[in-house]
Amino acid sequence: MPHEHDFVPDLSVEIGAIRLQNPIMPASGTFGIELGQVIDLNSLGAFVTKSITAKLREGNPLPRLCETTNGALNSIGIPSKGIDHFLEVIVPAYRGLEPPLIASVSADTIKEFGTSCARLSVDGVAAIEANISCPNLEADGQAFAMSPETAHAAIKEMRRRTELPIWAKLTPNASDVAAVGRAVEEAGADALVVANTILGMAIDAETRRPRLGNIMGGLSGPAIKPIVVRMVYQCARAVRIPIIGCGGIMTVEDAVEYLLAGASAVQIGTATFIRPNAMPDIISGLTEYCRRQRITALRDMVGGVLVEGALVESSR
Amino acid sequence: MQAVLSSGEVRRATDKSFPVADQRCNILANEWVNSRYKRLTLAAGGPALDAAPGQFFHILCTTGGDGVFLRRPMSLFRADRENGLIEFLYHVKGRGTDALAALKSGDAISVLGPLGRGFDLDPSRRRILVVARGVGLATLAPIAVWASRNGCETTAILSARTPADLMDREFAGDSGATIIPVLDSDGSSEPERVRALVRSIVDRARPDAFFTCGSNRLLLLLQDLACTYGIPGQVALEQQMGCGLGMCFCCVRSLFVDGREVHKRVCTDGPVFDLAQATSW
Repeated sequence: MPHEHDFVPDLSVEIGAIRLQNPIMPASGTFGIELGQVIDLNSLGAFVTKSITAKLREGNPLPRLCETTNGALNSIGIPSKGIDHFLEVIVPAYRGLEPPLIASVSADTIKEFGTSCARLSVDGVAAIEANISCPNLEADGQAFAMSPETAHAAIKEMRRRTELPIWAKLTPNASDVAAVGRAVEEAGADALVVANTILGMAIDAETRRPRLGNIMGGLSGPAIKPIVVRMVYQCARAVRIPIIGCGGIMTVEDAVEYLLAGASAVQIGTATFIRPNAMPDIISGLTEYCRRQRITALRDMVGGVLVEGALVESSR
Repeated sequence: MQAVLSSGEVRRATDKSFPVADQRCNILANEWVNSRYKRLTLAAGGPALDAAPGQFFHILCTTGGDGVFLRRPMSLFRADRENGLIEFLYHVKGRGTDALAALKSGDAISVLGPLGRGFDLDPSRRRILVVARGVGLATLAPIAVWASRNGCETTAILSARTPADLMDREFAGDSGATIIPVLDSDGSSEPERVRALVRSIVDRARPDAFFTCGSNRLLLLLQDLACTYGIPGQVALEQQMGCGLGMCFCCVRSLFVDGREVHKRVCTDGPVFDLAQATSW
């Protein structure tokens, strides 16, 4: 066993065919190349873009964000400059940086998911994150990932249109997330991203108005973490493909919780708003954690939560 | 690789010297200047001291335990490179600023910046007119300092509810700016009276540029007069923010650009915009 202080643990993980130097990457919508003004972008495990739509979208009415207890509620509405802009401006901007670029794609129809996927399959894009879960896209948060059937149909169409790995981003608003996970695995997804924001609402007691322009929005931040850790645990027992955990990670301990629950990697979103250095800090924290716990390869602890004799029924 | 940042500046994204820093700043002073506003003085270093007039900092207004979660954007009021200080003037009016107001000298807070595009200050200008209300005064005060160092005369119309709210000394500092107070308490801040006042200033000695911040009514009035007289202007806009870095698109505002209304991010496309492009909020 190496000495506690003088070994460099291996933080690398594999998401299907893609090897990441560490399991820390941004959550879609909370990241852009602008973060390079504050942190070393090459320190990250991967880059995940804002969701791209085929055509230009202006986004939702204001206000788009409000603070809640230990969290934030947002309804941005996926403002997008369209695929042409993405291919001409965004992809070249990341050229020369080391971490793989993951293109998040959103669409209104299954057909559009397919055509967008095909267009985004270019040199410089390492994988597609299928945002089949954004709760703001359709009335009352209905989205493709709300049911196994529509999620399956969307991923199947994307699978037909691209050779790139597909990461299916699930919604925590579905009643049985593990069932949706199984459906997209069957449809050919290479990984699950568990999960997106939880549909919520906040009202200003003084003005009696909703605190978001779109009335409802997605809740993120530490307030949702235990819910999503539970979903990662359930999904990990239901599928064989890797899982990327996402929901309320603020500290290295939070990231470790997700890994123990069964995530191979994690996404950090809201934490970056509070501390722009959150991702590099968590990466350094993982090295310290491995040294303290005498773990030579971080990937060995994925799914390593110790559950002894627990009465937990398998969802498989 | 080269990334073109919104400031138009080109730099390598992998540079180790970052133009924006999240630093822990010690509070040196946090004192009331009147019944509603406080002045915050922080010890700072690095890029924070390079902050230009109109730029802002994204401040974590808490040391924990008070339910404050997101950062709050605040315009730079004063940067003092020699003494390693940055200052803010803020209105205590909500959960974030209540928490900030409770902090004491010796506490430390996290301060991200400098951020955003500041005022376009053309050294050939000889005479400027500044129209500020409320916290907009803090945003515009650094312009008067810049002007005094560049041989440019500043006339400032400061609008406030009462004489006690005015903060004219805080605004002027040692800039030598000519201050014209207009007040709600005596009716002199009524838009039509301010319009007449601006007209008389322009007729007497035409300014090269207008600057405004802090009031929608004053923005519309000044926009109209800027158009009438053909005087260029700039406005600093406010908006709630998420990341402060241009990534989340929470802080957009509508602007008229090339004849159509488009959303621009206050944090990176602004907070300073061409007065002619601003729309009512």
